Amino acid sequence: MSTGQRLKFWFAERFAMIVALLVLFYLFLPVLYTFVFSFNNYKKSNISWNPEGSPTLEHWQNPCGPPGLCESLGTSIKVGGIATLVATVLGTMLAFALVRHRFKGRGAGNILVFIPMATPEIVLGASLLTLFVQGFGQYGLKLGFWTIVFAHIMFCISFVVVTVKARLQSLDPRLEEAAQDLYAGPGSTFWRVTFPLVLPGIVSAALLSFSLSFDDFIITNFVSGDTSTFPKFVYVSYLRGIPAQANVIGFSMFVIAVLLVVVGQVIGSRRRSPA
Amino acid sequence: MSALAHIGGSPSGTSTTAAPEPTKRGGMAAYLLLLPGLIWLLVFFVAPLVQLATVSLQSQFPGYPGYYYRNVDFGNYGRAIVEYWPHFVRSLLFAGLATFFAFVLAYPLAYAMAFKAGKWRGVMMICVIAPFFTSFILRTIAWRQILSDEGPVVSVLNFLHVLPGGHITETWVAVVAGLTYNFLPFMVLPIYASLERADPKIIEAGGDLYANGFTTFRTVTLPMSMPGVLAGTLLTFIPAAGDYVNAELLGSDISTKMVGNGIESQFFKVLGGYPIAAALSFTLMAVILALVFLYVRRYGTEELL
Repeated sequence: MSTGQRLKFWFAERFAMIVALLVLFYLFLPVLYTFVFSFNNYKKSNISWNPEGSPTLEHWQNPCGPPGLCESLGTSIKVGGIATLVATVLGTMLAFALVRHRFKGRGAGNILVFIPMATPEIVLGASLLTLFVQGFGQYGLKLGFWTIVFAHIMFCISFVVVTVKARLQSLDPRLEEAAQDLYAGPGSTFWRVTFPLVLPGIVSAALLSFSLSFDDFIITNFVSGDTSTFPKFVYVSYLRGIPAQANVIGFSMFVIAVLLVVVGQVIGSRRRSPA
Repeated sequence: MSALAHIGGSPSGTSTTAAPEPTKRGGMAAYLLLLPGLIWLLVFFVAPLVQLATVSLQSQFPGYPGYYYRNVDFGNYGRAIVEYWPHFVRSLLFAGLATFFAFVLAYPLAYAMAFKAGKWRGVMMICVIAPFFTSFILRTIAWRQILSDEGPVVSVLNFLHVLPGGHITETWVAVVAGLTYNFLPFMVLPIYASLERADPKIIEAGGDLYANGFTTFRTVTLPMSMPGVLAGTLLTFIPAAGDYVNAELLGSDISTKMVGNGIESQFFKVLGGYPIAAALSFTLMAVILALVFLYVRRYGTEELL
C-alpha cells in the first residue's frame, strides 16, 4: 500500500464513523432541546427562551402541576401495559403457527399480518373511527380508554409477529431434535428448549409494542374521544402553550427507558458469560 | 434491545439463515394458535376497512348535516380528488424527499454501526432508539424551536445570506425536515440489520478485487444491503406519506398541507365530512399499496412477507 492509498484508507476508515456521529447528534438534538426547555421560566408559551429567571427548577419540582398531564401519562402507561400484554400473547401464538405449521391459508395469514404495517396510521385510525362510531356505536360502545386499547393491540400484533418470527426462523432446529433424541416429550421440548430460546425475541417484541403504543398519536387521536394520552395531551396543549412539565415528563421517560435498557443489557450479558 | 433490529431483520432474515420449512402438518394446533390473533385482526383491521369503504360511498341527508344514508355514491371520490389532489401530490413528494434524505443520513450510520463500531455497537443501537422515548410530538415541537426565526439554523443561514425568504418554519422545507427526522430510525435499523449479517470478508474480497472504495461499495456492499434498504424505504415512505403532524406543527396554513391534514380536518372539523374523509383515506391507501406493490416487484423478493 502506498502512502496515498494509506491516507485514503485512513480517511475512509473514519469517514463513516464521523458522519455516523453527526447523524446521532442530529437524532439527539431535539431531545436536548426538550431537556433545556424544561428549565425555561416561560411566560405564555414554552417556545422561546426567557432569559429572566431561567434556568429554573420550578417545573421539575412540580411535574404534575398542569391539570390533566399526569392523568394522561397514567392512561398512556395503562394502555401500553394492556396492549403489550395482549398483543405479545396473540402475536407470539400467530408467529409459532406461521413458522412451525403448514396449513391451508398460511400465505393469506402472512399477508393479513403484513398489511396493517403497510397501511398508513391515518387510514387505520380513520377506519377504526368509522367502525366504532357507525358500527359498534349502536351497541353502546363509547370512544375512550378501551377503544384506544383495542386499536393499539391491533397495530402491535403485526410487529410482535414479525419480531418473534425472525427469532423463530433463526433457531437451529437441531437443538429441538437433540432434545427429542434425549427422550424429551413434545411438552418439555417446548417449555425447556424452544421457549427459552425464543424468549429474547418475545421480550424484544413486548418492549417494541410498549414503545409503539406509548408514543402513538395519530391512531389514538382518532379513537380516543375525550380520553387523553400523553402524546395527545402535548399535541392538544400545543395551541394554548405546552407546559414545561411535559418536557420534564418526556425527558424523564427517555432517561428511564435508557436506564432500563442498559440494566437489561448488563443482566443479559452477565447471564450469558458464565456459560 | 434488538427489538427494532428485528423489524428489519425479518424481511430478509430468511435468505441467509436458511430457515427450516415448516414440517408440522396443520391440524387443530395450528388453527388454535392462529384463531385469537386472526380474529382480532379481522375485527379491528378488516372490518374497519369495510366500514370505511361503505362510509366513502354514503351520502348526506339533505338539510341534516352530520347524518348520512347508505348509498353507492362514487361521486365522493371525485369530489375528494378534485379538492385534494394538491395534497396528494405534496404527500407523495414530501414523503419521497424525506425517504431519500433519510436514506442518505441512515446509510453511513448503519454502515458505521455494522463495520466500524466494534464494542460500541450496542451503545450506538441504544442511541438510535432512545429518542423514541421522548414523545415524537415533543421532538417535533423542538424542531419548531430549532428551525424558528430566532433559532440557531435560521440565524446562521441569514448571517450567510443564503436563505431566500428568511424563514424555514411555515415552509415545505421544515415539513420535509421533520418527516426525515421522525422516520430516520426506521431507515437505520433495517439497513443495519442486513449489513450486520453481511460477511465483512466478502467486502474485503471486493476491496481486493476492485481496489477502489466506491466501486467496492457500489458492486458489493450496497447490493448485499438491498433487502434492508427496501424495508427501510417502505418503513419510512409509508408513514411519512400518511403523516399530518409534521405538516401541522412545522408547516403553514395552506401551502404545505398533506393528505393526512385533509382527512383529519374532514373528520373532525367539517360537519358532514365523513364520506369525503373516508374516500380520501381509501384513495391514499390504494395509492400507497399500488406504489409499494410496484416497488417490491421491481426491487424486492417475496421474503418481505
